[in-house]
Amino acid sequence: MIEGAESLRPWLAIACPALSAILVLLFSKRPNVREGWTLLATIVQFSIIFSMVPMILEGTVIESYLFTMFPGIHFGFKVDAFGLIFAITSSFLWILVSIYSIGYMRALREHAQTRYYFCFAFAIFGAVGVALSGNLVTMFIFYEILTISTYPLVAHEQTPEALFAGRKYLAYLFTAGSFLLGAVVLTYSLAGTTDFNKGGILTMAFAPRSVLMILFILFLLGFMKAAYMPFHSWLPTAMVAPTPVSALLHAVAVVKAGVFGIVRTVCYIYGIDLMHELGLGIMLASFAAFTMIVASLFAIAQDNLKRRLAYSTISQLSYIVLGVALLSPMGITGAMIHIPFHGFMKITLFLCAGSILVASGKENISEMAGIGRAMPMTMFAFTVGALGMCGTPPIAGFISKWFFSLGAIQSGQIAFLCVILIASLLDVVYFFPIIRTAFFGKMLEIETLSGDREEKVVVLSEKVQTKEGKRPIYLFMVVPLAITAFFSILFCFFPQAFHLYDLAQKAVKDIFGGM
Amino acid sequence: MQTAIEHFPVLIVAISLFSAITILVAGWINKKTPPFISIATILAQFVASILILNHVLTKGPIHYWLGGWKPPWGIEYVVDVLNAYVLVILLFLGLACAVYSKRSIEHELPHKIVSFYAIYQLLITGLCGVTVTGDIFNMYVFIEIMSLSAYALIGSRGKIALKASFTYLVLGSIGACFFLLGIGFLYSVTGSLNMHDLSLLLPPLYGNRIVKAAFVLFIVGLSIKMAFFPLHTWLPDAHAFAPSEISAMLSGIIIEVCTYAFIRLAFSVFSVNFIRLLPIFDILCWVAGIAIIMGSILAMTQFNLKRMLAYSSVANMGYIMLAVGLSTSARNYPWCGLTPALMHILNHALMKGCLFLVAGAFIYKADLWDITELRGLGRKMPYTCAAFVIAAISMIGVPPSVGFVSKLYIIFASLEAKKFAFVAILLVSSLLNLIYFWRVIETMYMKGEEGEEHSHASISSKDEIPLSMLIPVLTLASLCIVMGVLWLAGITIPALNKVNAMFGLVVIR
Repeated sequence: MIEGAESLRPWLAIACPALSAILVLLFSKRPNVREGWTLLATIVQFSIIFSMVPMILEGTVIESYLFTMFPGIHFGFKVDAFGLIFAITSSFLWILVSIYSIGYMRALREHAQTRYYFCFAFAIFGAVGVALSGNLVTMFIFYEILTISTYPLVAHEQTPEALFAGRKYLAYLFTAGSFLLGAVVLTYSLAGTTDFNKGGILTMAFAPRSVLMILFILFLLGFMKAAYMPFHSWLPTAMVAPTPVSALLHAVAVVKAGVFGIVRTVCYIYGIDLMHELGLGIMLASFAAFTMIVASLFAIAQDNLKRRLAYSTISQLSYIVLGVALLSPMGITGAMIHIPFHGFMKITLFLCAGSILVASGKENISEMAGIGRAMPMTMFAFTVGALGMCGTPPIAGFISKWFFSLGAIQSGQIAFLCVILIASLLDVVYFFPIIRTAFFGKMLEIETLSGDREEKVVVLSEKVQTKEGKRPIYLFMVVPLAITAFFSILFCFFPQAFHLYDLAQKAVKDIFGGM
Repeated sequence: MQTAIEHFPVLIVAISLFSAITILVAGWINKKTPPFISIATILAQFVASILILNHVLTKGPIHYWLGGWKPPWGIEYVVDVLNAYVLVILLFLGLACAVYSKRSIEHELPHKIVSFYAIYQLLITGLCGVTVTGDIFNMYVFIEIMSLSAYALIGSRGKIALKASFTYLVLGSIGACFFLLGIGFLYSVTGSLNMHDLSLLLPPLYGNRIVKAAFVLFIVGLSIKMAFFPLHTWLPDAHAFAPSEISAMLSGIIIEVCTYAFIRLAFSVFSVNFIRLLPIFDILCWVAGIAIIMGSILAMTQFNLKRMLAYSSVANMGYIMLAVGLSTSARNYPWCGLTPALMHILNHALMKGCLFLVAGAFIYKADLWDITELRGLGRKMPYTCAAFVIAAISMIGVPPSVGFVSKLYIIFASLEAKKFAFVAILLVSSLLNLIYFWRVIETMYMKGEEGEEHSHASISSKDEIPLSMLIPVLTLASLCIVMGVLWLAGITIPALNKVNAMFGLVVIR
């Protein structure tokens, strides 16, 4: 039934951001042309990736290998349903975030915009590469490119604080990269291949139990990008980056690459059976449950909006890990669709945070009293995202939470069902105060402006206080966040939009073998 | 009847030597000529070396008898894949440095152009000689030619450089003594100096204590010359105070040629069977492991950019020697035998050559020596700094650069040898590399130049180094990525595997 098909499409999809990065450099003197190339690349890339969907749904696996690196390891791509979900998510959101970036970067008159767009394109290059790679070694290569290319984005502000964040970011993620490389070579020396295979490539016969356990821990440490506790602290620190960066990279591309890696490891390297046999599922699930609860508690204490969102991300990522760790079809379906759903909802929240920052210069929640009246569209979108995070219908988050709960029941672990419910409750606890402050709080008469960022926006903020969208530049920001909010609702009614649900089902069916 | 190419090994050495004399004479008449003569000579040598490599790969080794005297009485030049490979690398880097030094030497040593190029050409002569010779005493002679010209070039800036040069002179001479003693020991038991002849005479004598002692003397002598960890003390000063192109040559090829000499002695004169008798390669591995870690830690503590790069070279010699040490136990294609070591010789030449030339560019433009002085330079010298970033991330080992491939191959080799400690050492060392290289990158790009010491204020908004300096830098930097992909694609591996086959380091399946 399943057959491989040669196709150049993965290469074309990868080439788009790489080419656009070069064009961005060449046209650095002409900002409009430069952003034009970026937008063109985003749209072309998404179309190419989306054009692969029908083939995948028919059961074909698109393979394209360039050369053999080592016996049994080919450099190249193997596109399957799960990889495509991640690729669609990151490439589609890249379109919106690019539009948003134009508004954000120009409104704030940010410096080094060429570097920003260049690195952004390379980060997407890395993320889509991770999504489409056919084996661990190829994935590792793109994973490292992703790490390096996002550093300049994190340290963009070039303030001592940003530099510190950048260093911390590299220190965490590069250490993770070393662990991952160790895990990859160990896997190769045990199994003789690193291809992602539906039933897993490792079995008990290859190595003693303890070695397989240690290898799994190496993998987990390697995917530190998933920001599970206690290795999470790079993510809130990295929030000093410009908001579009936090939005796409720290809600979608980078952290999802980590989670994606964990799912790949569990389902395609170890395989469900081996995970059961080794009892690793419970271990992983406990880790995830711990992170879900504790990160939510941390989030409550944050006053900086972006930092609160960061802790929310940490908590939500662990939902995905938990879903996989349950090792049941429903749980894994939930994990797979939560990758795009969470991406859409979280990006809405981040884009809103960025708009608020640009329009009013406010970063802290306590200062946002009454902002809902000044920026109704933005805050409405924010509410949609926040409700989705809490798992309220009719927002996409409800669907994934539904599957997680079913997954917990299906694998007979009621304790984790309770964890999911408690974590959702905590989500409500830290999101609702924001909404309440924004809509029902009393707007302060005089803002206390401090720091140099405020100086940039103080000229703009007077006009924008009352109405968003007066200046055309704000359209660049409002439209993308409205679209993501719209999709967050749409996914609840039509989870098969973009074939995301179909793809997830297809992937799960493959993993469990015609369930 | 010999074809023309079979005369090339001796020609490569001879034209280089003649060109050194020509430069002296021509430079006496017209001061502008030396760089051009030097570049033309090395270009000719480089082309010849490529032809040799091609010939060796297709038709087998070249044997050239000097003066027609039959070995073991006469001196023999033997070129096989191993020599030809090293020869191509060394002449390529030599060419890049010669092109680069035209402008840079006019700036740094305006009164010594003629003597600089004459000695530079002698250095190239020595390096080529070490590589092509098949005679152990001849090798010693060329090592000394190479070292003596290196002493002179390092000291050419005067003042503190003289002290660095003197330290190198003293230690280098001690190393040469060890090497000579080793030759003497071997001669006393076998009565021969020809490598091939020795390899036939030695096997019955492997139990002999004199032979074992000779091997140890070779190791110690060459370890000093190649700055292998506990014996590296001459290197940081020499690298830091030499003109930058000489630092690039020192770090990129001179110490590597000494490694080549070691490989040649260990596997051609002695053999795998001899090495297996002694635990010497295990010890070598561990010392190399310490070298990797210590070199990186010492590099982290440096403020001077070139000194930092010098310590990084110490660490990288550790990589190469670790790979050599593992060569007898790793037998699976493609990381079998000497492949990782030979691979890193090329990779290190590319990366370190590029980094030192960039460091030289900073000195050329605004006399910037310390890392902290480089604040905000990424905007003023975009191409140079970009080259630095590429070479630096190669050193860190980010895929798909050359450094990543070396790291991967050595890790695979140590996994196969079941020496897991080295996997950990390599991974830790790439993190240490990250720390000290990223400090530089961060300073160049991420820190503004508002600081009180505005050291490169003389540079206007955007000011690149001259094209003749920029081209070598950018070529080396782009090769860091291109070669990385070529290595990964495995296109060049079969050629290296011939070396393994020659030394009996591969399982034929």
